[in-house]
Amino acid sequence: MTLPADAPHAAGTRHATERLRPSRPDRPEPSFAGTPPFPEAARTALANEQLRANLGRATATIRTKRAAVVAERADWEALRLAGAAIKDEVLRDLPALLEQLERAVGTAGGTVHWARDAAEANGIVASIARANGATEVVKVKSMATQEIELNEALRQEGIDVWETDLAEMIVQLGHDLPSHILVPAIHRNRSEIRDIFIDEMGRVGRPAPEGLTNEPAELAEAARLHLREKFLRARVAVSGANFAVAETGTVVVVESEGNGRMCLTLPEVLITVMGIEKLVPTWRDLEVFMQLLPRSATAERMNPYTSMWTGVTAGDGPQAFHLVLLDNGRTDTLSDTVGRQALRCIRCSACLNVCPVYERTGGQAYGSVYPGPIGAILTPQLRGIARHPVDKQTASLPFASSLCGACFDVCPVRIDIPEVLVHLRGQVVRQSEASHRLPTAEAASMRVAAWTLQTPRRLGLAERAAGLGGRLFGRRGTLRRMPGPGPIAGWFRARDLRAPARESFRAWWRRTDGGRGGD
Amino acid sequence: MSSPEVEPAGSSGRRATSAGDARETVLGRIHDALADAPPRVPIPRDYEHALPPGTDIAGLFVERVGDYRATVHRTTTAGLTATIAAALAAQRVTRLAAPAGVPDTWLAGIEVERVGDDPPLSFPALDRLDGVITGCAVAIAETGTIVLDGGPDQGRRALSLLPDLHVCIVMSSQIVGTVPEALARLDSTRPQTWISGPSATSDIELQRVEGVHGPRRLDVIVVE
Ligand code: SF4
Repeated sequence: MTLPADAPHAAGTRHATERLRPSRPDRPEPSFAGTPPFPEAARTALANEQLRANLGRATATIRTKRAAVVAERADWEALRLAGAAIKDEVLRDLPALLEQLERAVGTAGGTVHWARDAAEANGIVASIARANGATEVVKVKSMATQEIELNEALRQEGIDVWETDLAEMIVQLGHDLPSHILVPAIHRNRSEIRDIFIDEMGRVGRPAPEGLTNEPAELAEAARLHLREKFLRARVAVSGANFAVAETGTVVVVESEGNGRMCLTLPEVLITVMGIEKLVPTWRDLEVFMQLLPRSATAERMNPYTSMWTGVTAGDGPQAFHLVLLDNGRTDTLSDTVGRQALRCIRCSACLNVCPVYERTGGQAYGSVYPGPIGAILTPQLRGIARHPVDKQTASLPFASSLCGACFDVCPVRIDIPEVLVHLRGQVVRQSEASHRLPTAEAASMRVAAWTLQTPRRLGLAERAAGLGGRLFGRRGTLRRMPGPGPIAGWFRARDLRAPARESFRAWWRRTDGGRGGD
Repeated sequence: MSSPEVEPAGSSGRRATSAGDARETVLGRIHDALADAPPRVPIPRDYEHALPPGTDIAGLFVERVGDYRATVHRTTTAGLTATIAAALAAQRVTRLAAPAGVPDTWLAGIEVERVGDDPPLSFPALDRLDGVITGCAVAIAETGTIVLDGGPDQGRRALSLLPDLHVCIVMSSQIVGTVPEALARLDSTRPQTWISGPSATSDIELQRVEGVHGPRRLDVIVVE
């Protein structure tokens, strides 16, 4: 497959990946650039017993808790329908809503910046930080700033960035990459975390307390002590945003630990980087998302802390507020009538926790800050698959799924991830064919895989046609083999995936009228 | 949809152009991308807006706050000061931040040093206090949430963030049933903090630990 010279990853910087290996502080931040295509990365991940054990336990725990808090709400489906409809309205009215937001933030004393891509957004943040004489910034966990590799960009400008979310701090101190949207250090166990704290904290600030054990409460206390001095002296903070209300200019950050409150309240200058799709039209619309997000994300009725602010408030919090609106491939995504639903995503990570592929490979195998099912459909689109051929790693992502439909089932904004996966597989195959002029074995096998995995019936037909009989499925219903040559067959040969549900979700939906008709 | 002059994301060719161009370019790209936008449909809002009539809203609030491992007390106007005194004594509080709008009656006769925030205390000074007492703007029964909006009995956000104990007084008239009811009461122009239990993390092996950066102890006192 063609690897276009402009294959966009995140920021413009490229360097050899330093994954999972402690590097010196003068080395670049670890990057997802250089991750091999998914089947290869997955094979490496699968060989890691510790990772698989941690992930299996963690995802099972969150799944169970989420199911319980969602079951409390008889109107869950009504909330999902409202959430999806509001987000669709946002996408449809995006230009007007962004301009409305810009006016509202400006009226409330904030400044709005627009960034076409990662480099531009990073440049804006760096120049604001420099203009305020900052040599360091404190940072609230944010997917958008990870996507644009802001930390590395600021580091090159001589500005230290301190991640303040506990898990992000573990990832940063461990010179590591995140593996989950919500609990980015889910692949680390308590002993590894203690070792990282003991080895690394003293190099960048207050050292870990003497005699630190691996008790989670003690580790959290060590993080509290380590970060407190940074919070109290920080002059500039950088955050993302969960939502921004076009009507009022209000920005919302949802969190648990209080590091968000620290960053959003104590510094003099606050810079928020936000994807252009993170809007909701009205204040009232928050009533839907403030119910959907906590239950889907951390499986709580409500997360411990949510901060909402509108511009600046005299005598309370930062006295300068900058909002950076980021495109970086979102308008490409918007241009695809099937794929654009990925922009409804509220980054709850529920789809990761139910995904049989993610559960086995973890997040790092996806080679992107967006792992799991949402990453498989969002990353290729942000990297421009709608407009030009993408690199091999990106092209492999839509195939990192068994299309079992569990992700759609839990998605609070009803993104039909399987539908988008199949659609993107088609794009990959067409681009591969076009670039080779003739169908290659690889393209043909991907096309067959894309088609056969859509429904169990087709899978059955493929089994019979290939004369594989019972060999395609293992005894416990796991998927053993795919017919045909090429990387997909190879990937399924090596893997032990759960078989697609006997009935696809959409078939079930049709048959039962969305669950209302029973079972 | 792409026009020829639009370069792929991540290329460096666009850095030289001015900020105004970025705005026009992004809006132009969105406009192009939406050439085939589907028609507008009404937002279905068939979800619950209120709890069923007859629900014991204060009781539900107390139960749900308790689920977060916050400490909850129920009292009456007459019993409020004694309840506050007991909560402060349990944590050996000697110096307590109290915004200007906290009524003197709440702390009458209690042996603590009341520290005001006028002129504003420095962050290190706030950090050294034993606790803070505030009222709230609204509370949500279904989710066990209190909302602060910087009102006179709540003060600026840093005040209820840095001290390690937060005592929050909730009048039962301030408790609503649901999130939609709460948002309808709140003013978007005011900075808000929604609080549901003490600071917590599950980042280490998904084991919940109360108390990271925010106040490690949250005492909620509901006044009937
Ligand atoms: S795609 Fe849906 S389930 Fe997955 S993170 Fe986004 S909102 Fe959550």
